[in-house]
Amino acid sequence: MADLSINMCGIESPNPFWLASGPPSNCGEQVMRAFDAGWGGAVWKTLGEPIVNVSSRLGSIDYEGNRMSGLNNIELITDRPLKTNFEEIYEVKKRYPKHAVVVSLMVNSREDWREIIQRSEDAGADGLELNFGCPHGMCERGMGSSVGQEPDVLSRITSWAKEFATVPVLIKLTPNVGDILVPGVAAVEGGADGLSLINTIKSIIGVDLEKLVPLPSVRDKSTNGGYCGPAVKPIALHMVGALARDPRINIPISGIGGIGNWRDAAEFIALGATSVQVCTAVMHYGYRIVEDMIDGLSNYLDDMNLSSVSDLVAKAIPHYTDWGNLDLNYKVIADIDAEKCIGCQLCYIACLDGAHQCIHTRQSPCSAFHGTSDHGMNPRIKVQTPVTHSQKSRVPEYVPFVDDAECVGCNLCHLVCPVPGCITMVDSSTGSESGSWNERLSKMEK
Amino acid sequence: MTTPLESRFQDAKPLYSESEARIEANRCLYCYDAPCVKACPVGIDIPGFIQQIASRNIRGAAKTILQVNPLGLSTSRVCPVEELCAGACVYHQHDSRPINIGRLQRYATEQALHWEMSSGKTLFTPEITGDRKVALIGAGPASISCAAYLAMAGVHPVIFEKDDKPGGLVTTGIAPYKLQSLDAVAEIEWLVRLGIEIRTGVTIGSDVTVDQLLTEYDALFVGTGLGKDTFPGIDGETETGVWGATELIRRIKADDHFQLPDDLNRVIIIGGGNTAIDIAHELALLGVPQVDIIYRRTVAEMPGYQHELVAARKSGVRMIEKAKPLSISRTSDGDLALNAEHTTSGEQIQFTADWIVMAIGQAKVAGRLIPQIETDNKGLVIVDPLTRRSSHPKIYAGGDCINGGKEVVNAVADGREAAFAMLKEFEKNGSRNG
Repeated sequence: MADLSINMCGIESPNPFWLASGPPSNCGEQVMRAFDAGWGGAVWKTLGEPIVNVSSRLGSIDYEGNRMSGLNNIELITDRPLKTNFEEIYEVKKRYPKHAVVVSLMVNSREDWREIIQRSEDAGADGLELNFGCPHGMCERGMGSSVGQEPDVLSRITSWAKEFATVPVLIKLTPNVGDILVPGVAAVEGGADGLSLINTIKSIIGVDLEKLVPLPSVRDKSTNGGYCGPAVKPIALHMVGALARDPRINIPISGIGGIGNWRDAAEFIALGATSVQVCTAVMHYGYRIVEDMIDGLSNYLDDMNLSSVSDLVAKAIPHYTDWGNLDLNYKVIADIDAEKCIGCQLCYIACLDGAHQCIHTRQSPCSAFHGTSDHGMNPRIKVQTPVTHSQKSRVPEYVPFVDDAECVGCNLCHLVCPVPGCITMVDSSTGSESGSWNERLSKMEK
Repeated sequence: MTTPLESRFQDAKPLYSESEARIEANRCLYCYDAPCVKACPVGIDIPGFIQQIASRNIRGAAKTILQVNPLGLSTSRVCPVEELCAGACVYHQHDSRPINIGRLQRYATEQALHWEMSSGKTLFTPEITGDRKVALIGAGPASISCAAYLAMAGVHPVIFEKDDKPGGLVTTGIAPYKLQSLDAVAEIEWLVRLGIEIRTGVTIGSDVTVDQLLTEYDALFVGTGLGKDTFPGIDGETETGVWGATELIRRIKADDHFQLPDDLNRVIIIGGGNTAIDIAHELALLGVPQVDIIYRRTVAEMPGYQHELVAARKSGVRMIEKAKPLSISRTSDGDLALNAEHTTSGEQIQFTADWIVMAIGQAKVAGRLIPQIETDNKGLVIVDPLTRRSSHPKIYAGGDCINGGKEVVNAVADGREAAFAMLKEFEKNGSRNG
């Protein structure tokens, strides 16, 4: 069985699964229950000058019946006294010495940073995470994302923290920037030991169409919040990968954003994360989800013949490159398995209206097949009986067929097909010579 | 007892709650050129209205349904969806449960009915009524559908119904666990608001003649349905306790004073169609201890739907195959006895029963009622398959009187096509006075 333990810039943890700073890590009792469930670490709900929260605070996107595909919040940092928090951190560390307890912090002045870092370390924190990410509320007071969006300020506060801290300092980045490398590099320059990202994305989750008040509503008003959950995962994966592949970023990354199972976690790790943090999925289903995350990741590492999590870190980075380096001579085309086809024709209409008009049906509105020089409603190939039809097909009259000569290999049909394995993209490259845009450019220059 | 027996039945497929409807709507794959639409006799844009439910545009969903099927509410409850739309659902190919199209359709249309009744608003606005008028004979689904389209186009439809309640078989013939009379009548009252006039208690021939109608109206639609239950013509079939199936169903649904005798222990149903299965199922659900369907061929050859038979058998109905009725007599105890013959062995068998119910067909009445139109050798009105126009240029027909007894939804399609054909004809001929 693979070794799941990690060492993230000096913070040790029995597995890479940490609670992200948020409601699930609000108090000691919760964090202890999370550790009992199997979580390897927790980033404590951000500490700072206690605030007053509003109600309600959360809004979500339901997509085609799936609840909470995306979650938005306007909750601020801890609303409990600092003293209580530190007492609980102390208690947790005493009872769970092998688990990672990282304390998220957000204050204003240099003196405040000095004091809160001291108190965190006194309570037993294994690490600190400076919250430069929240895009709602706190940023209006000059904290959170307003720091993360100013590289100079970010760098300066990071260097203060490094000056005061003896434990590792992670910088939590906001995705609400044009280029994530700018704050990433600024954090490195300030002396950060690690990066955590992404924090939430500035958002309005929706509008109550009866009251015409944005959501979540606080009496008759609302404000922009922070967006997270499964919907933000691709944005987070990109930002983690962009940092991981940049040579200037030479510190470990804790990946955050839409992680709900071991697959999500493995993807973040493959793109450069050392630990992963989870919040929304726990808010949705509870701490218990970690059981399968541990089991699934372990099985996956075994299947991949990787002996530890660290062997997976950044394994996909060599395969993440600029568009200009992609092979223009590589060609896949869609292949429809007539035996698996259920006849919904979603691939047909998607290709016809949303792609390149390369999939046709027996009922296609072309009365006569004829060759044309461009994409169109009529298949270019002459077929009396659609080529992929099989005697074994359950719905022969409904099985669409692919005009191989016209298919551009975009993948849309494969994505819309509701039947796993029915549409596959088959390599149809001719010759093995590779040729990217950049290679073409350099040849032209010569 | 002031309510009919049918009020004792529970709804087999109750109205969805909002969340049930949304969950089911979200399962729909939204197929293109969908098989369910092709399987629907009226061609409802099923994926379209289901998407509208999913987006919570319920009135839009109802409109999508009702514009091609004015009886979208009752058909949602009585259509054999297992044989039609849901039977064609691609989920069958995916080894999954098909979409509950009927229940989603009921949800949308019933919500629309409630919305109209509570808001006083309407989904559809009929054209201003002009000087054209059409007479329709029989207030069943074919005529109601035809009248709805005529009213929408500004033609004044007048329906003549011999009964005291409108609806025809929708009111008096649907199994009560699917649709009860009160609901059927409520739907018709809803549709009447489009500008349909219904005159009940009118007998064609004595109260008004067909010639009168042909003179006074621009066109005539025949939606008479079928007549009384036919009997096999065997000895003893007039004995007390021998019923016609549709008559018995009508009593259960619409006769406030009809009761089953306390000592009704065994009923034999003769027939193999859906009417036979329906009455057997209804009697079993009403608590008759032993209900047997006797059919002259095998179960596999029964014209009734297998899913209905399966449901009836689950309620306790038994099937006796390959038995051909020969005669009915009385035993010495005074019970009815059905004397039958095994169709392959020729063996004589006697079944005793308290009641015997004939479900072998119904009389064809349209030709006798309206001698101006031609009928085929089975007594069915001959119509053009596209326009539903009969041999008489001003007379159109639809529903059971042309097809011998199909689904409500087929009658709706006939009424709609006839209305469109009439409107086309009116347009061709210009204004009535012009």
